[in-house]
Amino acid sequence: MRPFVYRRPGDARTALAELAAEPGAMYLGGGTNLVDLMRLGVLAPRTLVDVTRACSDAIEVRPDGGLWIGAGVRNADLAAHPAVRRRYPMLAQALLSGASGQIRNMATVAGNLLQRTRCAYFQDPSKPCNKARPGTGCPARAGDHRNLAILGYSDFCVATHPSDMAVALTALGAVVHVEGAAGPYTVRMPGLHRLPGDEPERDTVLEPGDLIIAVEIPALPYAACSRYRKVRDRASFAFTVVSVAAAVDKSGGTIRDCRIALGGVAPVPWRAERAEAELRGAPIAEASFRRAADAELTAARPLTENGFKVALVRNVVVRALLDLVGVS
Amino acid sequence: MTTVAARAVGTEADRVEGLEKVTGRARYAFEHPIEDMVYAAPVPSVVARGEVIAVDVAEALTFPGVIDVLWHGNAPKLERVGNAELHVLQSPRVAYRGQYIAVVIAKTLEEAREAALRVGVEYAVERHDVGLRADHPRLYRPERVNPDLPADVQQGDPDTALAAAPVTVDAVYRTPAEHNNPMEPHATVARWDAEGLTLYDSTQGATSLRDAVAPLFGIEPSSVRVIAPHVGGGFGAKGEPHPPVVLAALAARRTGRPVKLAVTRQQMFSVTGYRTPTIQRVRLGAHPDGHLTAIVHDAVEQSSTIHEFAEQTTTPTRIMYAAPNRRTTHRLVRLDVPTPSWMRAPGEAPGMFALESAMDELAAACGLDPIELRIRNEPEVDPETGLPFSSRNLVACLRDGARRFGWADRDPAPGVRRRGRLLIGTGVAASTYPVYRSACQATARAEPGGIFTVRIAAADIGTGARTVLTQIAADVLRVPLGRVRVAIGDSALPRASLAGGSSGTASWGTAVTRACEALRDELDRRGGTPSTGVTVSVDTTEENGEPSRFARHAFGAQFAEVGVDRDTGEARVRRLLGVFAVGRVLNPKTARSQFIGGMTMGLSMALLEESVLDREFGDYLNHDLAQYHVAACADVPAVEAYWVEESDPHLNPMGSKGIGEIGIVGTAAAVANAVHHATGIRVRDLPIRLDKLLT
Ligand SMILES: Cc1cc2nc3c(=O)[nH]c(=O)nc-3n(C[C@H](O)[C@H](O)[C@H](O)COP(=O)(O)OP(=O)(O)OC[C@H]3O[C@@H](n4cnc5c(N)ncnc54)[C@H](O)[C@@H]3O)c2cc1C
Ligand code: SF4
Repeated sequence: MRPFVYRRPGDARTALAELAAEPGAMYLGGGTNLVDLMRLGVLAPRTLVDVTRACSDAIEVRPDGGLWIGAGVRNADLAAHPAVRRRYPMLAQALLSGASGQIRNMATVAGNLLQRTRCAYFQDPSKPCNKARPGTGCPARAGDHRNLAILGYSDFCVATHPSDMAVALTALGAVVHVEGAAGPYTVRMPGLHRLPGDEPERDTVLEPGDLIIAVEIPALPYAACSRYRKVRDRASFAFTVVSVAAAVDKSGGTIRDCRIALGGVAPVPWRAERAEAELRGAPIAEASFRRAADAELTAARPLTENGFKVALVRNVVVRALLDLVGVS
Repeated sequence: MTTVAARAVGTEADRVEGLEKVTGRARYAFEHPIEDMVYAAPVPSVVARGEVIAVDVAEALTFPGVIDVLWHGNAPKLERVGNAELHVLQSPRVAYRGQYIAVVIAKTLEEAREAALRVGVEYAVERHDVGLRADHPRLYRPERVNPDLPADVQQGDPDTALAAAPVTVDAVYRTPAEHNNPMEPHATVARWDAEGLTLYDSTQGATSLRDAVAPLFGIEPSSVRVIAPHVGGGFGAKGEPHPPVVLAALAARRTGRPVKLAVTRQQMFSVTGYRTPTIQRVRLGAHPDGHLTAIVHDAVEQSSTIHEFAEQTTTPTRIMYAAPNRRTTHRLVRLDVPTPSWMRAPGEAPGMFALESAMDELAAACGLDPIELRIRNEPEVDPETGLPFSSRNLVACLRDGARRFGWADRDPAPGVRRRGRLLIGTGVAASTYPVYRSACQATARAEPGGIFTVRIAAADIGTGARTVLTQIAADVLRVPLGRVRVAIGDSALPRASLAGGSSGTASWGTAVTRACEALRDELDRRGGTPSTGVTVSVDTTEENGEPSRFARHAFGAQFAEVGVDRDTGEARVRRLLGVFAVGRVLNPKTARSQFIGGMTMGLSMALLEESVLDREFGDYLNHDLAQYHVAACADVPAVEAYWVEESDPHLNPMGSKGIGEIGIVGTAAAVANAVHHATGIRVRDLPIRLDKLLT
């Protein structure tokens, strides 16, 4: 690891200023991703601006039931919050399905959103990778990609976004509050992350130096009827193979409204808008759920080794919806 | 043969070093405080085959704290020994990706690591070949397989018998490369002084490491001292010597200062050995009633281009079941890969996955219960040598396990039991492991105060060996445990075999027993302990050299219950139960830990572990614990281990068989058989990942 300067400012404006003042500086949350990447030699920031003091670690419940979550809130605390568990069970479940207890105690909301892909080549500086080392190529395409994307990838990069929490936040249409050089602005998920196109090194729409200060979850009463189902190779402490966050609003025998997002299938947490559209107004029945899943999957272009993800997504979406509506 | 009046042996004695360990006072290799220490960070090759043409150390040398950079152009010369893996920094050749080609020595670990990233290396790259295949043109038959067994054995005429058999199974099973991941990665502190070389090392054998390192430096073994009081797991990875310890000694020699070298978790995937991948074809011929007429088991494995390690994959098949016609073979191909080595039950673990899966397939083909099939093929004598078994209680293990597990009312039909969204299934497999024992020396000393000290260069790699040796000594000396001290983990102690082949307790325990017997006799002769104390020494070479008239093996039965999610194919083990026949169990507490630890590792092998080869770059891609999955707590349900009474006078004075490895053998087959019972899908290539079960 290269020597670096460590700072821990007390407020967001100072953090922004410190980052802008030092080329090669990066924000530090819980460090569970960034420090690993520094140790591996993938990233080498010269200055770390620790933002765990500058960013709030508070969770506020709004009168309408929405939530305002400080960017410095630890994953474990967010998962344990009574309002999250009651009103947004998919979010609590997504958080708890991620990493380990120790890591969730350290990891912050902002850091979780901005964690980098787990593609093995990305993490190995001795190998090419367009995302980590732009212009060097993408060996995953012909190499190991069992757990990489089936949707939304480009010729430049076929990686997936690894976060579980972000999948739930994408389904919930969370609004990310950012402090930028020109002042504050907001981005509504799924708009935070960007598809790789020909610039896979840019994971999000944020500009360098932008600081996430909070994540807001707009009220969504029917999200009380939601769940997160994560499929993984190991029973715990494993990144997702495929996951689904789903919420449904039932009315009589039909689906009035729904939210569906997928993890482990794309370079971004994937909002399944086609499936949602298919489902709105559809009768509550397994056949509707299948049609919805298939509608989303028509765009899927699996790679040589990950074709199984198509069937897996279909099964998991259908099962999550059946579980939610109480049909077995 | 002496009979030992049991007192401490057979009780659940606590680990004698337990308090030291849980309070952090027990020192592991990297923790020994030594003055004037410097740190070494190796530079691994990033090509899989070729030659290092130039090493540019200029930038690294300008880094703060950097003392020196060694590579083949300036490293001290080593003597040639049998294993070319140990000729570290001696030649420009690169035999595998990750091979050490340089090392940076600096004042701090951080400085050394950072500078190591700055060493510029120019290669003449050659095309590499890292792909193991059953039709590889360079397959050959090794002279012997590990530890020293014939590569091929044939009896009768298996081909004709197979052709004539009314029922046959012919299937190919594959196991992937797997890497040992003990909690403590390999680490060494090396120091040279007037007396020679001292190595604080994480090793399974202080004596054998000393004997391996000394000739490299052209010095007598007596000039090398290996100190390893505590070892945080090994599983075989710390059995054979590997490049890092040599590199540390080389760096210390060159700098004249003590050098610390800690292997990173990532580097453990290239320089400390691994389980070879295997491709195994098993052919069984049988009568409709299940009686075997032929068994053929052929294995294909890999080794590196610079050292042959030939694993004994099919050797358990030589002793498992009766059949007049049989053949077992091993073929090897030398690839541009790191050298494989020992991983808990090398050979038996992958080999029994194949054989015991095939037996399950045969049971289905004959419409027989898999336990009954095994009982019908129980041999009277060792089918290979014709020798009687010193004891063989496989059938007792199967029956006892069946009773405990609740096997009796099992419906054999696959794919029919549902619980919610899960398909439930159960499976059984047999387990076996040979009895090995090696010659050792030991001393026993009586102090005037009534304290006894036993010395032997044994290793406790977390198994409880130190405790068990204390129990053995206490009983022979007929004193309470608290009056016995056992000194191990230091090559300055009387020479001992390494902790490997599940032979530690048998080998060391024999020497400890003989030493304590001799001391007792000496004290009897003298009528008590003289004021200066008294020491006796023994050597078990002669006793150990007596050939046995028996085939000696431990046996066991493994039972598994799995649940497979119908939507996702996720397979999880719900229950594991093992029953073992291992002679006398010397400490039920530490023994149980060995069994359930082995079974857990077998579960991990069945469902999770796989080192993923990157064909383009030639290395194992998933080289850390986030990517290489070993079972986490949530994967490991109720694991139960039992043993049957087994009294065997033909083993050693304790009457014990080794227990370190048998727990992993057969587990993967039991799980795979249970997965088949649950789903109707026969997975013949490990690990059983969800994509293989998705329908
Ligand atoms: C072994 C292991 C297993 C894991 N398993 C899972 C899993 O199953 N599921 C899952 O979802 N995750 C998993 N994780 C990832 C984990 O969730 C992330 O590492 C964690 O959420 C990152 O949060 P952090 O606060 O530690 O981020 P850091 O490592 O501190 O930072 C991550 C990135 O965010 C940037 N950053 C941090 N805060 C801000 C801010 N306020 N504004 C702008 N930029 C900021 C940093 O500059 C950095 O680029 C795992 C991690 C490990 C090590
Ligand atoms: S998939 Fe993306 S992250 Fe992986 S190697 Fe290709 S470019 Fe790099």
